[in-house]
Amino acid sequence: MTFLRYLIILTLFGGVLFWFLTRPQHADADLFAGVSGDAGRGETIFWAGGCASCHAAPKAKDEARLVLAGGYRMISPFGTFIAPNISPSEQGLAGWTVQDLGNALLYGTSPDGTHYYPAFPYGSYQHMTPQDIADLKAFLDTLPPSDMADKPHELGFPFTIRRGIGLWKHLNMSSGWVLKEAGIPALERGRYLVEAVGHCGECHTPRDWTGGLDRSQWMQGAPNPSGKGRIPGISPAKMDWSATDIVYYLETGLTPDYDSAGGQMVSVIANMGHLSKDDRSAIAAYLKALPENR
Amino acid sequence: MKFTFPVIGGLLVAGIVATTAISQDDIDPAIAAAVKARQAHMKLNAFNLGLLGAMAKGEIDYDAEAAVAAAENLAALARMDETRYWPEGSDMEVLGKDHTEALAALWADDSEFGDRAQTMAETTAAMAGVAGNGLEPLQGAMGPLAKACGGCHEDYRVKDE
Repeated sequence: MTFLRYLIILTLFGGVLFWFLTRPQHADADLFAGVSGDAGRGETIFWAGGCASCHAAPKAKDEARLVLAGGYRMISPFGTFIAPNISPSEQGLAGWTVQDLGNALLYGTSPDGTHYYPAFPYGSYQHMTPQDIADLKAFLDTLPPSDMADKPHELGFPFTIRRGIGLWKHLNMSSGWVLKEAGIPALERGRYLVEAVGHCGECHTPRDWTGGLDRSQWMQGAPNPSGKGRIPGISPAKMDWSATDIVYYLETGLTPDYDSAGGQMVSVIANMGHLSKDDRSAIAAYLKALPENR
Repeated sequence: MKFTFPVIGGLLVAGIVATTAISQDDIDPAIAAAVKARQAHMKLNAFNLGLLGAMAKGEIDYDAEAAVAAAENLAALARMDETRYWPEGSDMEVLGKDHTEALAALWADDSEFGDRAQTMAETTAAMAGVAGNGLEPLQGAMGPLAKACGGCHEDYRVKDE
């Protein structure tokens, strides 16, 4: 009976450990104290964050990209994630507080205390400032509502167990910046736009077997998770464009040899076109500041 | 007759090698010609767009005459009938990524290829209309024109290198 007793104790211990390690985390209650949102500034964060690329209805163009009805199908090796409605409606974010949005963006935790799948790039958004989150909330509240119902993700076991995402977060939520030194304000802004809000690394950096970013190969290009094609490397060793070329590309989608952006990047360019030229230049400055030999 | 076996063996090997060589490039010549033609058309687009882009970026001085010539070329290219460029079965899944980046979605029933090509014709015509009026109008017309390029490349082309 000794063996059975050990087994029971081990199972209980394992269960408690799993429960403890996979608890969804929340932002501190006072993180947004005294922070009030500004919708105008929030619009910049909205475009920089690429919200419309996943949350607008598929094939929506121009003004229709402000209706965040959801429905975009993100194909991955783990299954297909379907972006939810985040418009200000009963089917979307009606009733959300700034704190709720903060928990979602900074910790990947929903208002009912469950984990979001990391297809929602909170691994990048976790670096956002409370002010920007409050501003973004103010802007999202001004957008047109949609009554589109969410569709369930199409995943296989064991990825259907949301609680397990808690372990993923322990493995893959890196709290530090990849570019450690950002000496001047423009570079600091660029780092914030690329590593945090713009979440560029989510596509341009390869992933390991857990689906986490391999930061040792930062921005060096990766297979397209949809299975078709490759997402190009944009580190200095992989892309020799001048800063001017990068800025013009982010504005127009035109490469230095006058090919154009394709695939998902077309939607990203549509977002980047809403930023100020200073912000596009900051992104270029960041990319040029990455280690030259990689 | 003692050489028969080596000779037959040699012929067999040669046959296999030749077949392999053919199957690597076993593309209908008519399809291969269409792919070449459309890729050449894209190169002409890039060549003419390149001049306008260099002016828009400020890399070269604005020159009204040269800008109009390049813009007229783009508009003429966009007016061309492209039907024979795009035969069915000339997508990446059939021909392989070394030959084409065109996706099968271009030929699907819900393809918007025709509408997007129409947008290309409209935006290049708009560019031709303003390219001679100064640098700022040219820069303004670049946005919609560049967006029209992405209009097709978003859904109907994939980069794989």
